[in-house]
Amino acid sequence: MSAVLNDETKKVLTTPLVNDNPITLQVLGICSALAVTSQMSTSLIMALALTLVTAFSSAAISAIRNHIPSSIRIIVQMTIIASLVIVVDQILKAFAYEVSKQLSVFVGLIITNCIVMGRAEGYAMKNPPLESFMDGIGNGLGYSLILIIVAFFRETLGSGKLLGIEVFKLAKDGGWYDPNGLMLLPPSAFFIIGLIIWSVRQWKPNQVEKAEFKIMSIAHGEGGHH
Amino acid sequence: MEAYISLFVKAVFIENLALSFFLGMCTFIAVSKKIATAMGLGVAVMVVQAITVPANNVVYHALLKEDALSWMGIKGVDLSFLALLSCIGMIAALVQILEMILDKFFPALYHALGVFLPLITVNCAILGGSLFMIERDYNFGESVTYGVGSGLGWALAITVMAGVREKLKYSDIPAGLQGLGITFITAGLMSLGFMAFSGIQL
Repeated sequence: MSAVLNDETKKVLTTPLVNDNPITLQVLGICSALAVTSQMSTSLIMALALTLVTAFSSAAISAIRNHIPSSIRIIVQMTIIASLVIVVDQILKAFAYEVSKQLSVFVGLIITNCIVMGRAEGYAMKNPPLESFMDGIGNGLGYSLILIIVAFFRETLGSGKLLGIEVFKLAKDGGWYDPNGLMLLPPSAFFIIGLIIWSVRQWKPNQVEKAEFKIMSIAHGEGGHH
Repeated sequence: MEAYISLFVKAVFIENLALSFFLGMCTFIAVSKKIATAMGLGVAVMVVQAITVPANNVVYHALLKEDALSWMGIKGVDLSFLALLSCIGMIAALVQILEMILDKFFPALYHALGVFLPLITVNCAILGGSLFMIERDYNFGESVTYGVGSGLGWALAITVMAGVREKLKYSDIPAGLQGLGITFITAGLMSLGFMAFSGIQL
């Protein structure tokens, strides 16, 4: 086990979780993170699908990285990713038809999910297959983490349920909780991710971006120049 | 005719690709710092969208749909599972061709859009538009309308966003929210504004 999980592997597996998270820091793969999170079940399936696609596409691309001419590498990467996504899509249609209907086009959109392309281009083209596979899993997990947090808030606050199981008893069924319908609508996903980014950056101040313009405080008595 | 107009309005405002389906978010966030570049990208997306959605529509109906190959005498073949691969291939090829045509005949436009064109291949708004077209089973006329409309909607959204962000950079924002965080909150507020269209019955 220690041979498999050496320091490098551990590093590529854990840094994407918080320190170099694909969504909050690298700004990759945001589309689906926002769109599928109104329910926990769809987010879990989506997270799993994306993690697997990223891992296997990174491994496959890394395995043939020395044979891909650099002028057509994007097309080659695209084809590998698209084939993997077709497999995932067909499996979902066969075994989880309801969820696949809810996810609608977003499974197909894993192809253009920047995390998959970004890792293929940024890591798998330079590193051996096993590390690339682990890097894919790590980034997939970083993405999953954000998805699960967002889905948790949206589903519990929006419909009083989690994974379809009642958590808060709704007011219309004689309980106390009045569901916040906004949580099920698109804008709430933006707000929650914005707040997650804020809290992560409070915790890890080195991720804070520099302001382009600083507000100058005016010294006492002098006032501004006119 | 009325059906096309209502589909167009729906594609631009009610089902705005960026703000109610979150498509093309990565570029939406990354390239919305200046109005001029945002508009350039918006126009590029609109042009590509208006070409690729109808093109994918033709390919899907002539080759991939169930029994679509019957004009060649082949019956009972359903290749619709290849739609993902053919859509992305089509988009990549068309973007490449568009780039070459612009380079040859409209160098000024090419230099204005140049940097954005390769980016567009991996923009989920483009692939998303084609996939929505397949899922909703649009015919050719509807796919042209939908392509132009959804592209325009996206362009509109990113231009407005860039306008807001140009003003926003002078504001006093809490350190942790600086940059990406406040951009998300802004997008959320804009999306809230676009929600107002959703009550419109067409």
